[in-house]
Amino acid sequence: MLDVFFFYAFAALVLGGALLTVTLRNTVHCAISLIASLSGVAGIFLLQKAEFLFAVQIIVYVGGVMVLFLFVIMLVNLDTAARDRQFNRQWIAAVACVLAIGAEGVYFVRSGSGAWTFAAPSEFALSAGNTEDIARMLFSEYLVPFEIASVLLLVAVVGSVLMARREA
Amino acid sequence: MPPGYLPLFIFLAVAILLPTLTLVAARLVRPSAPSRTKLEPYECGIKAASNSRGRYTVRFYIIAILFVIFDVETIFLLPWAVQYRTLGWFGVAEVFVFLSILIVGYIWAYKKGAFEWV
Amino acid sequence: MNAVIQHPLFIPVLTTLVVCALFPLVAGYLVLIERKVLADFQVRLGPMRVGPHGLLQPLADALKLILKEDIIPEDSDHLIFWIAPIISTFTALTAFAVLPFSARIFVSDVNVGILVISAVSAVGILGIILGGWSSNSHYSLLGSLRSAAQLVSYEVALTFALLSALMVAGTLSMQGIVHAQQQRGVWFVFENFGFMIVPFVVFLISATAETNRIPFDLPEAESELTGGYHTEYSGVRWGFFMLSEYANLFVASAVGVTLFWGGWLPPFPSVAALGWFFDALFPALIFAGSGASSLVLIPKLPYRPHRILMAIIAAALVAFGALFLVPALTTWFAPVFWFLFKIALVIYLMIWFRGTFPRFRYDQLMNIGWKYMIPIGMGAVMVNAVLGMFR
Repeated sequence: MLDVFFFYAFAALVLGGALLTVTLRNTVHCAISLIASLSGVAGIFLLQKAEFLFAVQIIVYVGGVMVLFLFVIMLVNLDTAARDRQFNRQWIAAVACVLAIGAEGVYFVRSGSGAWTFAAPSEFALSAGNTEDIARMLFSEYLVPFEIASVLLLVAVVGSVLMARREA
Repeated sequence: MPPGYLPLFIFLAVAILLPTLTLVAARLVRPSAPSRTKLEPYECGIKAASNSRGRYTVRFYIIAILFVIFDVETIFLLPWAVQYRTLGWFGVAEVFVFLSILIVGYIWAYKKGAFEWV
Repeated sequence: MNAVIQHPLFIPVLTTLVVCALFPLVAGYLVLIERKVLADFQVRLGPMRVGPHGLLQPLADALKLILKEDIIPEDSDHLIFWIAPIISTFTALTAFAVLPFSARIFVSDVNVGILVISAVSAVGILGIILGGWSSNSHYSLLGSLRSAAQLVSYEVALTFALLSALMVAGTLSMQGIVHAQQQRGVWFVFENFGFMIVPFVVFLISATAETNRIPFDLPEAESELTGGYHTEYSGVRWGFFMLSEYANLFVASAVGVTLFWGGWLPPFPSVAALGWFFDALFPALIFAGSGASSLVLIPKLPYRPHRILMAIIAAALVAFGALFLVPALTTWFAPVFWFLFKIALVIYLMIWFRGTFPRFRYDQLMNIGWKYMIPIGMGAVMVNAVLGMFR
C-alpha cells in the first residue's frame, strides 16, 4: 500500500518534471524541473530495492551533471535566446502526429494485451545488501566493462580539457 | 521499498515543512515597506552598471566537468571498498589497474594546466 | 500507550521531531559558542549584554531575524529566490536522519547511509547556486559560482577520504560502521597501523572547505564579495542559509566522528574495566564541573535576574551530570554523550582554525583541492588497500 503511494508520488515527479522541462521558457526553471524528474527516477530505483543506484542517481545526476548544466546555463547567457520566439508554429501537424501515435498505441495494447508476458524475475537472489551484490557482480562477471569504464573516463578527461582550453 | 527508508522520508517531509511554514508564518509578524531603492540589487550604493547574468569565465565549466568525471570514478570504487575484504588481492589488483589508468589522465590534465586557476 | 511506544516508528519519529525542533536552537548556540571562543582567542569578552554572559543572545538574534523586513530584489527570480533557502535547509537537515546518535537512538539506519549524506549535500549545492543566481546581483552570482566550484572540487577529495574509511569498515551503513569499530575494538583513525590518520586529515581539510569555513570561506569573503551568495537575502531567509551552514558543520563533524573516531563508542571500547569510568563518571564530572565553574561566576554578575538565571543553569548542569550515575539511564545517555562530545571537539577544532588561519586566495584554494588533496586522498586509498590486507 505504502509502496503504491510512493510509486505514484515518484512517477508524478518524473513525468511532471519532464513535462515542465520541455515546456518552461526560462532555462533555469527547466533545469530545476529536470532535477525534480531525476530525483523521481532515484525514488523509482529505491522502490526496486536498488539502494545503491538510488544514492548514486542523486549524487551523480542531481549533484554532478545538473550542477554542470546550471554552470553552463549561467556561463553562456541564454536570456536573449529564451526571449526569442521559437519556431513552434506547427501545432496542427504536431497534434495530428500525437493523435495518430496515441491511437496506434491504444490499438496494439488492446488487441495484443493477452499476448504480453512479463519477464521472469531475476534468478539472482538478494544477499545482505545491494552494494555488496553490485561489488560481487562488478568484480566477477563484469570485470572487463569495469576496466573499460576507466578508459572511458580517461577519454572524458582528455576531451573536456582539450575542448575547454585553447592550446597554450 | 527496502526497510529503513520510511523514517527517512518522514524526516524529509518534516525538514521541508519546517522552513516553509516558518517563512509563511514570519510573513504575519514582519513589517513590509518596500521602496524603489530597497528593491535594487546591492552594488555598494551605486546603480548597477549591467545585468549580472552575463558571461563568466570558462574555468568554472572545466572544474565542473572534471568533478563529474572524478565523481563517477569514486562511485565505481565504492562497491569495491565495501567488499574489499572478500574480494582480496584480486580486487586490489583490479582497482590498481583502474586507478592507474585514471592517474595517467590526471597527470596529463595536470601537465596541460587544467588545474591552474590563473 | 504501550502500543505507541513499542511501535517501530516511535523512536524514529520522536527523534525526527526532536532534531527538527531543537537544531535551530542548537545552531543559535553554536553561533554564540563560536563568537565566545573567538573572543577568547583574541582576548575579548564576546557577547555579554543579553542574559548572563550573553547566554540569551541566540534567542534575541532569532527574534530579530523573524521580525526583520524581508526584501526580495525587484529584478530577482521570485520563485527561485523563495525556494533556494528552503533547499539549503532541508538538505542540510535531512543528513541528520542517518546520523547514529547511539545504537538505539537514530531516525533511520539504511544500507547506504553514508551515501545518503553525500547525496543530500550534493543537492545542497543547488540551493547555493540557485540562491546566488536568482538574486540578480553581481556579488551573489560570483559568490555562488565560486562556492559551487569550491564545493565540487573538495567533494572529490572528501569521497576519497571516505573510501579509505569504508574499506576498513566494509559497510555503508552508519550504524554498521560504528559496530565494525566496536568489533575491532579500536577507532578507525588508529586502524591500519595508524595510517588512517592520513585520510582523516584529508577529510578534515576537505570538510572545512565543504562547510565554507575560514580559511576556505571564499564564497563569503566579505572584503571582496560583501556577503557572497546570500548578499541579497535578509531576515528569516538569511537565517535559514545560516542555519544550513551550521547544520552542515554539525553533520560534517558527525560524519568524521562516525567514520574515524568511533561514533558513539567511548574511548578504549574493548577494555571493560574502563567502561564505568568513561560511561558514567567522566560525563558526570564534565557536567558537574561546568556547573561548578558557572557557580564561581555568579558573584561577579551585576544584575539580580542574571544571578538567578546563572544559578538555575549551574544547578541544572550538576543535576544532569548526576543523572549519568544512575545505571538505568547510563546505558541510554552515555553513547549519545560520547557522540555529541566528540562532535563538539571537532567543531571546537574548526573554530580554532577560524581563529588561527588567514583566508586563502582563490587560486591557492583550487590548488590545494586539485593538486594536493585529490592525489593524497587517492594515494591513501591505494596504501590503505595494501596495508589493510596485512592487518
